[in-house]
Amino acid sequence: MDYFLELLLGGLTRGSIYALIALGYTMVYGIIQLINFAHGEIYMIGAFTALIVAGVLTLLGWNHVAILVIASLVAVIYSSAYGFTVEKLAYKPLRHAPRLSALISAIGMSLFLQNYVLLAQTSDFLPFPSLIPEFKFLIPYAHIIRSSEVVILVTTTAVMILLTLMIKFTRIGKAMRATAQDRDMAMLVGVDVNRVISVTFIVGSATAAIGGVLIASHIGQINFYIGFIAGIKAFVAAVLGGIGSIPGAVLGSLVLGWTESFFTGYVSSDYEDVFAFLFLVFILIFRPSGILGRSETEKV
Amino acid sequence: MLPSLAEIKKSLLTSIWFMFLTFPVMVIRVNTIYKTVEWRWWNLFFVGIGSFFLSFLWRYLIKRKETGQKKVQSGSAPRKPLLQSALDKPQIFIPALIVLAVFTIAFPFLFSMYQTNIMVNALIYIVIGLGLNIVVGLAGLLDLGYVAFYAVGAYSYALLNYHFGIGFWTALPIGAGLGFLFGILLGFPVLRLRGDYLAIVTLGFGEIIRLILENWNEFSFGPSGIANIPRPGFFGIDFSLHQSIIFIYFMMIGLVIFTIFVVNRLQDSRIGRAWIALREDEIACQAMGIDKTKTKLTAFALGATWAGMGGVVFAAKTTFINPASFTIWESIIILCIVVLGGMGSIVGVITGALTLILLPEYLRAFSEYRTLLFGVILVGMMVFRPGGIISTVRRTYQFEAPGNKNEKR
Amino acid sequence: MKNGKDTHPILEVKNLTKDFGGLRALDSLSLEVYPGEIVALIGPNGAGKTTFFNCITGMYPPTGGDMLITPPGKKLKKLNNLKPNQVTAQGLARTFQNIRLFPNMTVLENVMIGRHCRMSAGIIGAVFRPQATIAEEKQVVTDSYRILEKIGLTNFVNEFAKNLPYGAQRRLEIARALATDPFILLLDEPAAGMNPPETRELDKLIVRLRDQEGVSILLIEHDMKLVMSLSDRIVVMDYGKKIAQGTPREIKNNPAVIKAYLGEETDA
Repeated sequence: MDYFLELLLGGLTRGSIYALIALGYTMVYGIIQLINFAHGEIYMIGAFTALIVAGVLTLLGWNHVAILVIASLVAVIYSSAYGFTVEKLAYKPLRHAPRLSALISAIGMSLFLQNYVLLAQTSDFLPFPSLIPEFKFLIPYAHIIRSSEVVILVTTTAVMILLTLMIKFTRIGKAMRATAQDRDMAMLVGVDVNRVISVTFIVGSATAAIGGVLIASHIGQINFYIGFIAGIKAFVAAVLGGIGSIPGAVLGSLVLGWTESFFTGYVSSDYEDVFAFLFLVFILIFRPSGILGRSETEKV
Repeated sequence: MLPSLAEIKKSLLTSIWFMFLTFPVMVIRVNTIYKTVEWRWWNLFFVGIGSFFLSFLWRYLIKRKETGQKKVQSGSAPRKPLLQSALDKPQIFIPALIVLAVFTIAFPFLFSMYQTNIMVNALIYIVIGLGLNIVVGLAGLLDLGYVAFYAVGAYSYALLNYHFGIGFWTALPIGAGLGFLFGILLGFPVLRLRGDYLAIVTLGFGEIIRLILENWNEFSFGPSGIANIPRPGFFGIDFSLHQSIIFIYFMMIGLVIFTIFVVNRLQDSRIGRAWIALREDEIACQAMGIDKTKTKLTAFALGATWAGMGGVVFAAKTTFINPASFTIWESIIILCIVVLGGMGSIVGVITGALTLILLPEYLRAFSEYRTLLFGVILVGMMVFRPGGIISTVRRTYQFEAPGNKNEKR
Repeated sequence: MKNGKDTHPILEVKNLTKDFGGLRALDSLSLEVYPGEIVALIGPNGAGKTTFFNCITGMYPPTGGDMLITPPGKKLKKLNNLKPNQVTAQGLARTFQNIRLFPNMTVLENVMIGRHCRMSAGIIGAVFRPQATIAEEKQVVTDSYRILEKIGLTNFVNEFAKNLPYGAQRRLEIARALATDPFILLLDEPAAGMNPPETRELDKLIVRLRDQEGVSILLIEHDMKLVMSLSDRIVVMDYGKKIAQGTPREIKNNPAVIKAYLGEETDA
């Protein structure tokens, strides 16, 4: 029973991280119908930035919680900046180009960012300083859940709530929903579409960065390549739940997280990654709109 | 023409932005293993200067692209590119062809075995690139898992040889046939999918196949791969290593010529036009009586056939294969070749393959930056020259007085 | 019945219904087109006219009702579960409201695509080029050129479709549809965006198509002058339903039609 709980919570944790990244994919797709291949790299850059900041501050002997907060803040700022810049350079000029062009451009950006970090930093796996304190109240449950997992769950929930509030009640949130539904019409009623798109990228990158920091603290090490596999899985999650739908991204992430957790826990850990791809292939073939998505019919 | 004050200000701001953006990654190098921090202030300087000047270039190119688009919209016909018009004249074309032929034949004797090996590599990529060109360039189906068919070809030869002693020349058509079959198998599920979804699913397929090859040890021998794959023979003659490479070289030249011949014919046929119509507008193409399913499947199948053949040759040439040779990265390289060279253009794909494969070999000093450059090239090509290096030229037909005879050129 | 003769309609739509989720775009619509007719389908925006075209041509599966054709000299055939390319092969061709040409193909090639479903060369033919295929290709080029002559686009023959002026693009769409050898042409707002001289030319072209090519025409149009001048019969739609049908004069004075268009300019 304990093992089951451990896998359950582990899957929940995984799903949370995927959710934080999947949000970015789903929001960007909802607004400009682009699969932002480079999004995984934004997540990775968030993790790396946090590592760099944390590394420097640790050497200066700062307090752990303070380092965590500062590193997260800096990571969020930088990831958002990167997301913003990538959009302006690689996607904005292609807004009216065929989708194929934008997709290839996204792939190019992904390659560039991966290797940019690789060359400027290192290809080694770098340990992430352990910054999350061990909570005393968790000691009796140590075999089921760790404090880093608690932090992940709490943070993710907080982020989801904030995001939902923003989308539902703020002006910019309304503008985002309008642009996602009908870009031209939104422009006609005075929405600054460029600004909305930039904000979408920024918000998506920010949540991904938070995911990056959390996973780095949780697993304890990062390298330049983590963006790729996490990106693909988060993308699968977004598609699974229905791309373009925020609750869908969360739902899809949880499903994927739990499936992976239980499969590797009870069956085998060899084919862990295959799961994500199989899920992906099957969903896209049989129900491309995902669990919560609406099927899009192309207007003739 | 000196830039205005406003432009200088813009570039200055851009430069500051990039210096800020790249500060953590470029300037600070933290090593948490050894607990060191390295501060590289020079990088900040380079980023600042570089981005300052590049921003001028960027704005200039964007402006040029926009004026170019406006010209097209207002209806003025694009000029035929210089290279194309030069090659149209038989006085230039035929001598050029002869020089090329002589150079090609003499190549392995003029250069070392190492160089010849690299050239064979490039030739394999030409064949595969032309195959992917059918799928992506002509039919407009973004296949990111093309490497799967390449792997099918390679592993089919390796395994058939291991279990049944099948030789190269028998394996070649089998590899082609299996490629064709897998093209249909993998094409079927993705028929209804639109551009981006198609890309992701095919990417998924590619990865699934690689993961299966890596983990199903009983079948594929896992990550350790298969070794001792025989090179192609010629009526049982025993080749030395050197002779073998030369033999493979000429065989590849033959295969390339064969591929060019077939692809050229396909392009200029009922099927070829159907593919292009599919790429241009899937809905209109259906409305004009083209069976979307059949057209997509033929594109996939025919494209995959070349990958299968290429895979067999690859296995024979390197005599050792393992799943690591068939990653998404390979698919992306092949995609780059097609995109860079110009979607749909045979000459373009050849140019792209030669550039992307040979250049890194000759620029060994920059090999670290190869992937970085790939990324930049992909983005740059899409933004500024989506048509590729060699622009699209469609076949023109000559007609005499209205309604009379007509001659094709 | 046309001319008092007992002619069978070449296109017969019975109680066609199309729902998109909760929205009923077509509501039990019935209409017929007889051989040699030019029928106009008019109605306010959103009435469901293009949806109607999309259902007949197999793009959307209908929620209910039947669509039947009787090509001249052939038997009755149900269109209901056919794919768009099968519908075209049966002899219905269409143009699109927002021009859908193949921009990076030449004008001639666009028309040649129309011939696709009347050709037979496959992979083998493409690669080996037997005599039959070579002859077929030659024939296609000739036939396509002939169509361009009829439509008046021969001076653009090797031009990329995307470079054509707007009016020529609209006519190219018609040429391409004509190349599929249809017995009925469905034209979706062929005069949209055209100036008066172009519209007059279009009028003449459509009549020529009916008279010389033996093609019946069903067209969606908003240009009332063109509709009144061209049509043998007019069918009026609103909210997915047919609200009136008759000769141009009958429709002009129909109170239901006038009410549906209230507030819209009729330049008839």
